[in-house]
Amino acid sequence: MTSSAGVDARILRAPHPVPGAPDNWKRFFTFNTDAKVIGIQYIATALFFLLVGGLLAMIMRGELITPAADLVDRTVYNGLYTMHGTIMLFLFIFPVLNGLNNLLIPCMIGAPDMAFPKLNAAAFWLVPVFGVILMASFLVPGGPASSGWWSYPPVSLQNPLGHLINGEALWILAVALSGISSIMGAVNFVTTILRMRAPGMTLSRMPIFCWTAFSAQTIQLIGLPALTGGAVMLLFDLVVGTSFYRPEGGGDPVLYQHFFWFYSHPAVYVIILPVFGVFSELFPVYARKPLFGYPFVAGASLVIVGLSLIVWVHHMFPSGVPQWMRDAFMVTTMLIAVPTGIKVFAWLATLWGGKLRLNTAMLFALGGLFNFVFAGVTGIMLATVPVDIHVNNTYFVVGHFHYVIYGAATMGVYAAIYHWFPKFTGHMYYEGLGKLHFLLTFIGTNLNFFPMHPLGLMGMPRRVSSYDPEFAFWNVIASLGAFLLGVSIIPFLLNLVSSWVRGAKAPANPWNAIGLEWLLPSPPPAENFEEHVPTVISGPYGYGTGRPLVEHQAEIERALQQA
Amino acid sequence: MTSTPRRFPLPRLIGLALWLVLLTLLSVWMGAQVPRWLPVSASSAAPLVDGLFGFETAVATFVFVGVVSVMVWVVLFNRAEKYDISDAEPIEGNTTLEITWTVIPLVLVMAIAAYTIQVNRQIGLIGPMDHAHGPALGGGEVQVIARQWSWEFRYPVAGVSSTELHLPLDRRLGLQLESDDVIHGFYVPAFRLKQQVIPGRSITLFITPTRAGRYRLRDSEYSGTWFAANQADVVVESEEAYQSWLSRAARLPLQPGLSDAAREFAQQRSGERPSGYATIQPAPPPLVNVPGSNTLPHDG
Repeated sequence: MTSSAGVDARILRAPHPVPGAPDNWKRFFTFNTDAKVIGIQYIATALFFLLVGGLLAMIMRGELITPAADLVDRTVYNGLYTMHGTIMLFLFIFPVLNGLNNLLIPCMIGAPDMAFPKLNAAAFWLVPVFGVILMASFLVPGGPASSGWWSYPPVSLQNPLGHLINGEALWILAVALSGISSIMGAVNFVTTILRMRAPGMTLSRMPIFCWTAFSAQTIQLIGLPALTGGAVMLLFDLVVGTSFYRPEGGGDPVLYQHFFWFYSHPAVYVIILPVFGVFSELFPVYARKPLFGYPFVAGASLVIVGLSLIVWVHHMFPSGVPQWMRDAFMVTTMLIAVPTGIKVFAWLATLWGGKLRLNTAMLFALGGLFNFVFAGVTGIMLATVPVDIHVNNTYFVVGHFHYVIYGAATMGVYAAIYHWFPKFTGHMYYEGLGKLHFLLTFIGTNLNFFPMHPLGLMGMPRRVSSYDPEFAFWNVIASLGAFLLGVSIIPFLLNLVSSWVRGAKAPANPWNAIGLEWLLPSPPPAENFEEHVPTVISGPYGYGTGRPLVEHQAEIERALQQA
Repeated sequence: MTSTPRRFPLPRLIGLALWLVLLTLLSVWMGAQVPRWLPVSASSAAPLVDGLFGFETAVATFVFVGVVSVMVWVVLFNRAEKYDISDAEPIEGNTTLEITWTVIPLVLVMAIAAYTIQVNRQIGLIGPMDHAHGPALGGGEVQVIARQWSWEFRYPVAGVSSTELHLPLDRRLGLQLESDDVIHGFYVPAFRLKQQVIPGRSITLFITPTRAGRYRLRDSEYSGTWFAANQADVVVESEEAYQSWLSRAARLPLQPGLSDAAREFAQQRSGERPSGYATIQPAPPPLVNVPGSNTLPHDG
C-alpha cells in the first residue's frame, strides 16, 4: 500500500477491495457484491464481446465485398451473421448498459449499493456463463446456430445432424440464461431506484438517466417473460419433439414471431432509453445550461414504455397479418415519434445558446444524436406499411437498426464511458486519443451503414451470403466502413488501458457537473456516501441558476478538494 | 415576439425564413430523387409505394436537415471561449414550445398514417381479414411453391409448370403462395411487393404487372443455407405472348428445373467446392416443362 497517497481515506477503510484502491485488481475476478466493481466487470466483459462480435462482422463484410459466396462457405456465413447479432445484443449492448446502470444508479441517487447486491453479482456472473455456452456452440458438431438472431421456426428447428446437443439448442439455452440474468438485473434496478433514493430526492428531482433506466428495466420485466416462454417452447420443439410451431403437427410458426417481437421490439427501447438518459445528462454539462423541459423529458420516457409494448406487429407486416392489424400497428408505431421528438427537441433547446465544450464525451453525444435523428426518419418510413413491405427484410432495415444500435446507442455508450471514466477509475482519459476514436467511429459508422439504405431500396435482401452484381458498389463502400470501424476500436482500448494505468489523477468533479455522483471522491468509496448521504434540495441540472443541489453543498465540495 | 425584441431581431427572422425556404426546396428536391434510388416500377402497386416514399423522403429531409442545421449552428457559434468556465443563461423550459413540438409532430405523423392507410386500401394486397389457417383463399391463377431452395410456378389451368414465373401485362392476377418446408419470402423488388410464404397455409397475393420485362424474384425470409441463391426470374409479357408461352410450354416434356442450391450442393459432394458446417440437403430441382433462366440480364 505504498501508493496509497492521494486516495480517499474512506477507500482504505473499506472492508473489501473497491475500484481505485491500490493493489487489488483481483477483485474484478471474484463474486464481488460492490455495484461499482460489478459495473466495471459488466463493461469489460461487454467490450471483450464487442471485439468478438466485431471480428465476426468484419469477416461477414469481407465475404460481402464481392457478389459471389467465395470467402467462406454459405453455412459458415449463416453461422457468422447469427452469432454476430446474438453476441452484439446479448453479450455486448445489454451487458454494457447494465454496467452503466450499476456504476451510475447508486451514485446518482445517493444509495450505498444496489438493493440486492448478491442478486446483482449473480446476474453478472451469468453473463460469462452464457457467453461461454454461446462460444462453445462454434465447437459442437454441425456448427453454431445459423437461423439468425430471430431464430424463426421452422428453419431454426431443422437439425441436419440430428444430435441432441447442437448449435441451436445451445443458442436457445444461452438466450434463456441471458433473459434470466436480465430479469434479475431489472428487479434490482427498479427496486433500487424506487426504494433507495437520498432524502429529498423525489422522483421529480431524479436525474434523467435514472428515469430512463427505470423505464427500460420496466420493459424488461414486462416483455422478457414472453420471449423466455417462446424460447422454451422452441427448445421443446427442437429437442423433445413438441409441435408448438411445427405446421406438420398443427403448430403455428407465426405464433413464435409474436412471442419474439413482443419482447424484441421493446428491447430496442431497453437499449436506446438509457442512451437517451446519457444524452440528457451530458448535454447540460457540456452546454452549461439546464436540461430544457425536464418534466417533459422524464415523462416522455414512460410514454415510450407504454407505446413500445403495442407496436411489435410492425416487424410482421409481410407475415400474413390482416389489414386492420397492419393499420393499427402502423399508427401506434408512428406515435412513438412524438415522445421521441419531445426528447430530441429538448436536447436541441438545451444546446441552443449554450457554451459548448467539445471534449470527447460531448463529441460522441453529438455524433450519437446526429445518427439517431437519421435512424428516426428512416424509422418513420419503415413504420408505413407499403414502404415497409418493399424494404422489409432488406438492407434498408439493417442500415436503420445499425444507425440506432451502433450509431446512436453504442456512440452514446462511448460518450458515457468517457464522461464517467474519471469518476470510476480516478484517472483522466487522453483527449487526443479520444477525439481520434470519435473521428474514426463517426466516419466508419456512416461509411458502413449509410450504403445499406440504397441497397435495401434497390431490393437487396438481408442475411444473404451472395448477391447480384448490381449491388456491388455500395457493398464495397460498406465493407470499407466496417474495416474502418474495426480500426477505430484500437485508440479506444489504448486510451482506456493507458489512462487507467497512468492517466492524470482525476479530481472529484472534472467537468464541473451537477449531480450526486460528482459530490463523491473519484473513485467513490465502496459505500458511496456511507452514513453522510446528503439531503437533496433541488432538481437536477441547475446550471447557471446558482441553486445548490444538496444541503451543505459548499462544505462537501470544500472537503472533497482538500481530500 | 414583440415583447422580446432582443432575442428575435429582424435580420435573424429574415435569415430563419430564408433558411426554411431553402430547406423546403431541398426537401422537395430530395423527394423528387426517389425514383432514381428504386428499381423500375413494374406493378400497379409500385407508383403508390414510390409516391408515398417520395413524400416521406421530403418530410424526412426537412426534419433531419433541420435538426442537423441547429446542431451545426450551435457547434459553430455557441462554443465556450477557451478559458470561459461560466454557465450559460439558465433557461429551464417553455411550455408553449413543448406543446408546439408535441402537437406538430403528432399531427404530422397522423397525417402520414392517414395517407398510408389510403395507399394500403388502394394496393389491397390481400383480403382485409386474411389470417387464414390452411387453404382458405382460392382463386390463384398461378401456384407458387417455395422450397429449400427453389421456386416452382404451376399454371393448373394450362397444365404448365416452370421455374421461371411468367405473368401477363396489365391484368390483375392471384398468386397462391405455398411452402413445402420453412418460411420463405416472395419478393419482387420491381413490384414493391413482399409476402411471407408460410408452410401449412396458402396465401393469395394479387399482382397487376404494368411493365414488360425481366425482373428478379428473391427469397426475402431467411430460409437456411442457400437462402441467398434462392432466386428466380419473373417475365412480364403481353397477354398474347403469355398465352402463347403457356401453350408452347404445355407441349414440352418435364425436365429438372433451376436450383442453384442443388447445383452447388452437387459440386460440394464431388469435392469441386469446399463445404462448411452441416446443412439440410437441398430438395431435388422440381420437374417442370420450362426451366427458364435466372442468369439473363434483368431490369430490376
